[in-house]
Amino acid sequence: MPNLKDLKNRITSVKNTRKITKAMQMVAAAKLRRAQEAAEAARPYAARMEAVVNGLATSVAGSDSAPRLLAGTGDDKVHLLVVMTGERGLCGGFNSSIARLARTRIRELTAQGKTVKILTVGKKGREQLRRDFSGLMIGHVDLSEVKRIGYGNARSIAQDVLSRFDAGEFDVATIFFSRFQSVMTQIPTAQQVIPAPVGEAADVDTVYDYEPSEEAILADLLPRAVATQIFTALLENNASFNGAQMSAMDNATRNAGEMIEKLTIEYNRSRQAVITNELIEIISGAEAL
Amino acid sequence: MADTMQFDLVSPERKLLSAQASEVQIPGADGELTAMPGHTPMITTLRPGLLKVTVNGQVTEFAVTGGFAEISPEGVSVLAERSLPKPEVTQPVLDEWVAEAHKAHKEAHHTVVDDAAQMLADMVAMGTHIGLDPNVPNF
Repeated sequence: MPNLKDLKNRITSVKNTRKITKAMQMVAAAKLRRAQEAAEAARPYAARMEAVVNGLATSVAGSDSAPRLLAGTGDDKVHLLVVMTGERGLCGGFNSSIARLARTRIRELTAQGKTVKILTVGKKGREQLRRDFSGLMIGHVDLSEVKRIGYGNARSIAQDVLSRFDAGEFDVATIFFSRFQSVMTQIPTAQQVIPAPVGEAADVDTVYDYEPSEEAILADLLPRAVATQIFTALLENNASFNGAQMSAMDNATRNAGEMIEKLTIEYNRSRQAVITNELIEIISGAEAL
Repeated sequence: MADTMQFDLVSPERKLLSAQASEVQIPGADGELTAMPGHTPMITTLRPGLLKVTVNGQVTEFAVTGGFAEISPEGVSVLAERSLPKPEVTQPVLDEWVAEAHKAHKEAHHTVVDDAAQMLADMVAMGTHIGLDPNVPNF
């Protein structure tokens, strides 16, 4: 029979754990709201940016003057994967599912004989991928000091990626992040950013005038579009992380509650058993007299 | 022809203004330009400067640091890299912008040095225009 004192200690410790997970859940809920608002606020810009780039891209695509960011290098031997994960754990399968998607992709690409390079954003993804692909990692961006993700963070990541592209370090860049759908569902997503994927243009009939010139605008616009996509991905990722953490902590709180209930029942049973035992001893002692 | 058009000013972090404007003055890369309803479709890049929007006869000013504007006969969308309503551009904000532009200027490769210098100069000019001290660090 478990010792009464031990049981009591376990109950107290599980209760403390529950307090912590409950607090973390509430913090995550508050952060999630803010993250969702930020993602919401960034949407109009990203949408307009995409529309304009799409319009421009279709008008320039195919011509010889198309910039390399749009047309690509004409090769797809070297792939850069930008894997964005959280800086922290305790968020269920959030980090693992992104890492798993990236890992599957890396295996596919290497099987096809392509060269893969990995740039990680977020500590957790780096830790997971380093185990299998330490030779492929070319860089890491640390955002653990960043309290609120701003466009500046995205821009510096974009600059890093773009300067590598200009240096001819890779042909195709893909970003990996988790798209926020709801608190319960986050969808790990891979999105190609370089060369810019050309979507179906809705209307090509509007002919724009360009000032200073079409090429100059594209040269200015395309790096911005890359930064915007990275920014959107970071925000989605942040919302997903907080959502995942919130539901993970909700589960943990519930499990702790169940455990406390079970332990309390066990504790009461053993206490009763002890009392009954004592009574039997007293009564049989009295009878013996 | 309608006398107003849809005007949207968005930055990556938030939407600043969405309104029916009768006139928008844009600091284009090649010079100021004013868009009114029915303007010929065009796309232009921005330089740091002030953007003036006229809504119901009221003029609102925004400071922008770059980006681009898409003008069509039905409306204008300005996608600014960073933008703030003019009253919110205070000395510390401007200091930060100028410092950043200055840093970009110092780190710029030779081919883009002129661009960076231009950017810094425009930033300083904007500050002076608002009536703030641009505080340019020594070169």
